[in-house]
Amino acid sequence: MTFVLIFLVVVVVCALALFGMYNKLVGLRNIVKNSWSQIDVQLKRRFDLIPNLVETAKGYMKHESETFIKVTEARAQAMSAINKGDVKEIGAAAANLDSALAKMMLTFENYPELKANQNFLALQEELTSTENKVAFARQAYNDAVMGYNNAVEMFPTNIIASMFSFKQSDFFEIEDKAEKQAPKVTF
Amino acid sequence: MWELIRINKRKSLFVLILMFILMVSLSGAIGAGFYTVDWVTGMLWGALIGILLWAIQSAVAYFAGDDIVLHFNMAVVVTPESYPQLYNIVEEMKIAAGLAVMPEIYIVQSAGLNAFATGIRPEKTAICVTSGLVENLTRDELQGVIAHEMSHILNRDVLFMTFAGVMLGTITMLSNVMLRGTVVANSNNRRSRKKGGFSGGHPIVILVILLFAIVAPILARIFYFTISKKREYLADASAARLTRYPIGLASALQKIAKHSSVDFVSKITAPMFIVNPRFAGGDEDSIFAASTHPPIYKRIAILTQLQNGGKVSLENYQKLYEKELETSGLFSKTSLESDKSEAVRAESAEKITEFTESRKEVADVILANTGFKILTCECGLKIKLPPTDLRMKVVCPRCRKELSVSGESAAMTRNGENELVFIRKNKNSWESFRCQCGNFTFQLSPLFRGTYAVCKRCGTKVKIEYPE
Repeated sequence: MTFVLIFLVVVVVCALALFGMYNKLVGLRNIVKNSWSQIDVQLKRRFDLIPNLVETAKGYMKHESETFIKVTEARAQAMSAINKGDVKEIGAAAANLDSALAKMMLTFENYPELKANQNFLALQEELTSTENKVAFARQAYNDAVMGYNNAVEMFPTNIIASMFSFKQSDFFEIEDKAEKQAPKVTF
Repeated sequence: MWELIRINKRKSLFVLILMFILMVSLSGAIGAGFYTVDWVTGMLWGALIGILLWAIQSAVAYFAGDDIVLHFNMAVVVTPESYPQLYNIVEEMKIAAGLAVMPEIYIVQSAGLNAFATGIRPEKTAICVTSGLVENLTRDELQGVIAHEMSHILNRDVLFMTFAGVMLGTITMLSNVMLRGTVVANSNNRRSRKKGGFSGGHPIVILVILLFAIVAPILARIFYFTISKKREYLADASAARLTRYPIGLASALQKIAKHSSVDFVSKITAPMFIVNPRFAGGDEDSIFAASTHPPIYKRIAILTQLQNGGKVSLENYQKLYEKELETSGLFSKTSLESDKSEAVRAESAEKITEFTESRKEVADVILANTGFKILTCECGLKIKLPPTDLRMKVVCPRCRKELSVSGESAAMTRNGENELVFIRKNKNSWESFRCQCGNFTFQLSPLFRGTYAVCKRCGTKVKIEYPE
């Protein structure tokens, strides 16, 4: 009788632990999914902002059509990548768009009249912020992937992961050229 | 990263538990001292009453302590329309932190530079900054400050510090009861020896309990400040990790350190500010364990070195923290494994001068919304009059030119018969307004029901109207 009882207790405890691990994995996977949708939202917001900014700037900058074409092309490329939904391809396209935008922002510096336009300043702030949001959403996504992948790989959750085919997620890496020139400051 | 903060919570939890034990043993000791028939029963009852006292106060703080921001004078809610940049920065940090709910944002009128976070429950949080902060910081600096506050929210520091604060309060209270109780009991004893009270125990036992009552609040305070300081460093570490730009926070701290004093602080809210507003500008090291915040230069030193290291991670912060403070780390070794190191990001492209100008404009709009009057003198100086200032004429402090305050301040209009009219907004309370001559203030009491009021200086007759 006692043995049966002990056996039952052990079974119940094991089952509870397994349920717990399974739920943890599902929870982590959902965080990854949520963070990804956040990147998606911000990238799309950026696509909406770019034409507005280009339109406003065009009036002031007659001789920079090449810059605008490059930005527009990069935007189209990134949009099609997002529609396909491949993480690595989106990373590459986003990096491309980043550098095109950075170049455009640099040329703005030569047009003081443009920089006095309130509408333009508001758009520029929106674009800066949206770029930051993309970067921070990527960061949050990678944090989430890190946590999830660790759980998939590590004992004991890896047993459950292989039983219910939880697969590792890809990191969202983009090559950020600006990061390499981060300034050194001392006080 | 957030896994790790949970683990760290356990470390602070340990100190919190120590504090709890201190509280329970103090109340137990008092119970044993007071109840002379059977000291074990007395101790149990004492402990029970102590815990009950703490639980009730905690419950009150949990349900009522949420809205301290609203009690501040003239706190304005920031919306994406009223102040896009600040709103954007908060949203960026919300995304980086992976928070589910966007905190509310408030600007408080104060020339001092400071910020704090509040919100005991994660569904209802708020970040509050002073108008001085918004006017004087660049985008990157503001982002650092917001990230620090966001980390307080993420780590649920408000909840933590509230419980710890209540515990500190309970311990202080118990010790007061104890010390006073002894005095009262002793004076009673002189009159009738058999009344009981604090007399049954052995004199040495009483002495020990008394000593304990004196030491306990001091000990509790040290525990409290230990937790508070540690959580500041933690918030700095996670802020650096969130923004990937430690120097932003560092230079913000540098600016804030000089002007952190704000006039709407209480002892309870002080630990929630980014820089302690109660010890503004003082030599923080000299106040042994009495400060809720770590010395600011150490915080800056750690952040600057982190920036120059080029890689932002909690592990790197930990190394610098250990080096700078010569103590053991903030995070446990095993917990650091799940953290990813990120490269420092580039400075944001904002041109400081342009934005500070437009920021000041926004701050002015916010001021105007709260009833301030803004006058621009010919010399270019902007004069801001609070709503309580009812003068009709002001003298420019720079060029000494006399400026007249625009008509609205008189709160009077002219009707069809060219009479001056004042329309009461609330006839059941006191109302006051300035006469046009600028030398007299009309004071209308809640009982005043007359049709006309006359200026005692210039004799102007003003018609008083009452809305339906």
